[in-house]
Amino acid sequence: MTDTKKQLRIALRNCGLIDPEQIEDYIAQDGYFALGKCLTELTPEIVIEEIKSSGLRGRGGGGFPTGLKWEITKNVKNEQKYVVCNADEGDPGAFMDRSILEGDPHSVLEAMAICGYCIGANTGIIYIRAEYPLAIARLKTAIKQAEEYGLIGDNIFDSGFNFKIEMRYGAGAFVCGEETALIHSMEGLRGEPTVKPPFPSVSGYMKKPTNVNNVETFASVPVIINKGASWFNKIGTEKSKGTKVFALAGKINNVGLVEVPMGTTLREVIYEIGGGIMNGKEFKSVQTGGPSGGCLTKDFLDTPIDYDNLIAAGSMMGSGGMIVMDEDDCMVSIAKFYLEFTLEESCGKCNPCRIGNKRLHEILTKITEGNGTVDDIERLKVLSNVIKDTSLCGLGQSSPNPVLSTIANFGDEYLAHVKDGKCPAGQCKSLLRYDIVEDLCTGCTLCFRNCPVGAITGERRLPHFIDQSLCIKCGVCFEKCKFDAITLT
Amino acid sequence: MPEIKLAENTVQLIKDVCAEFENKESELINVLHKVQGKFGYLPAEVQEVIAKELKMGVAKVYGVVTFYSFFTMIPQGEFPISICMGTACYVRGAEQVLAEFKRQLKVEVGESTDDGKFSINCLRCVGACGLAPVVTVGEKVFGRVAPNQVKKIIAEYRDEINNEEAKTA
Repeated sequence: MTDTKKQLRIALRNCGLIDPEQIEDYIAQDGYFALGKCLTELTPEIVIEEIKSSGLRGRGGGGFPTGLKWEITKNVKNEQKYVVCNADEGDPGAFMDRSILEGDPHSVLEAMAICGYCIGANTGIIYIRAEYPLAIARLKTAIKQAEEYGLIGDNIFDSGFNFKIEMRYGAGAFVCGEETALIHSMEGLRGEPTVKPPFPSVSGYMKKPTNVNNVETFASVPVIINKGASWFNKIGTEKSKGTKVFALAGKINNVGLVEVPMGTTLREVIYEIGGGIMNGKEFKSVQTGGPSGGCLTKDFLDTPIDYDNLIAAGSMMGSGGMIVMDEDDCMVSIAKFYLEFTLEESCGKCNPCRIGNKRLHEILTKITEGNGTVDDIERLKVLSNVIKDTSLCGLGQSSPNPVLSTIANFGDEYLAHVKDGKCPAGQCKSLLRYDIVEDLCTGCTLCFRNCPVGAITGERRLPHFIDQSLCIKCGVCFEKCKFDAITLT
Repeated sequence: MPEIKLAENTVQLIKDVCAEFENKESELINVLHKVQGKFGYLPAEVQEVIAKELKMGVAKVYGVVTFYSFFTMIPQGEFPISICMGTACYVRGAEQVLAEFKRQLKVEVGESTDDGKFSINCLRCVGACGLAPVVTVGEKVFGRVAPNQVKKIIAEYRDEINNEEAKTA
């Protein structure tokens, strides 16, 4: 990242600066200091109060106040409770959790122990995707080192508090990011969500009270304890405190992770930190919130980013994926792409999600193939709202968001597909048409020789023609022609 | 239940894995990870042995195997090719890369080539979005892959296969 002035690193504070395989490096950065302070000086009530007044909200996307979640779990009476770290980062295009686990695993372990102390749990479990082998290896090393130092295990800091940390592996299911599904998966079952309540804080893993937090949320906790809630809650906006890590990707010059204070605008992130759009192209849209989020237009570039503003704009924070698109991206195709993802990842338990999304996908396919009608757009909207209102879990409830937000923000593009039979971005192949301009064609035969399907005919030195019924719109002739004699409409 | 035709030492290997996890039903996913790591895939007969060891229904084991995309009942190629289909890769042209792999190897997603050397799969984001579009072959990662590089990537492994064969011949 070229411009780091706009950035403020809290969750990523140690990433890239310390050796993640050396616990001494972490300790040198005040590591495990917060845990020591909690165990020896503070009561669980005071720690929870500190987290509550810091204003920290769940960084996995939900935005639920972390301190409140801890308090609820603490107040449930039970001998056995669990702290779970949700490291099932399934949102395509987001990789902040992987970076934290690979670059600073101890920050997560420390925070889990603090959480355990607060809620009265002596077991922590990290649920991590099997797709992240390096993160798994580093966590294992970190757990072993922390045990050797007595920073996790029995009687930590002579306080009488015991805490151990185990690991469980995901097996590739996006829905397992949902708390209840994640817990079922940890129990060795299919990762299907169940109706809340009961919330995991009351009945979670093995039917015991369970506190589930995301990696980035945990990584912020030790800093809050060390620097104080009043330091943390000065950063950010009124209702969203602290910083958020975003994974900047897509058609942008500087790809990578950025951590900015809440309230930074999309323009600052995309242009000042991200260095603008690749190849000097025009900005078209930014997608936040992954498959549950929405596509925002340039009208939203000056919106300060926080949980509530993004929801008001028709998208959401999600886990922090931020995909930038340029003028060559067709928004109908993007909506279709996200639905393909949802279709594959829907667990199939409830009908609106399993069948409804299938129908949405069929309609979008019809539109991108040039067979859509104006009524189809209305049908998409009605069906999307039904799916939103009637699905069981967050996956289904948010799955139509990419469709609804692209219709709301790029309605003209949908109309161009169904009314004029055109794809303005030139991405939907069925809607493209290549023609040879007779006056410009010199009859050099270059296109004729390169056409993979023999759709071009013509005599040498005479204008050539494209047989539209044979053309597969591969665009080779268009690229090869040296005389700009081929048009794309 | 049909009679199990697996080799005795294969059955023993599966039993050992189950025993390692104390034959606990709740450890099913860990058992499946480990067994798939050894065999490359989880055919029906293997699932039957696991079900018996963990004292649970085969249907339940099958339900879990088919639920998670990481588990497969089809054997993978010697060099499993995975094309990342995350959003960042998608907007940077992963679809064209996939199409080129399919064209070159003449197989569909989820299939292996006739000689069992290559198989194609789609992945949901490996978290290397800065390198989009990403392709992995076994554990090796190829970043910023353009369709015209596909032929070269395959050739690299074909060479390796030929060298191996020359050595053993």
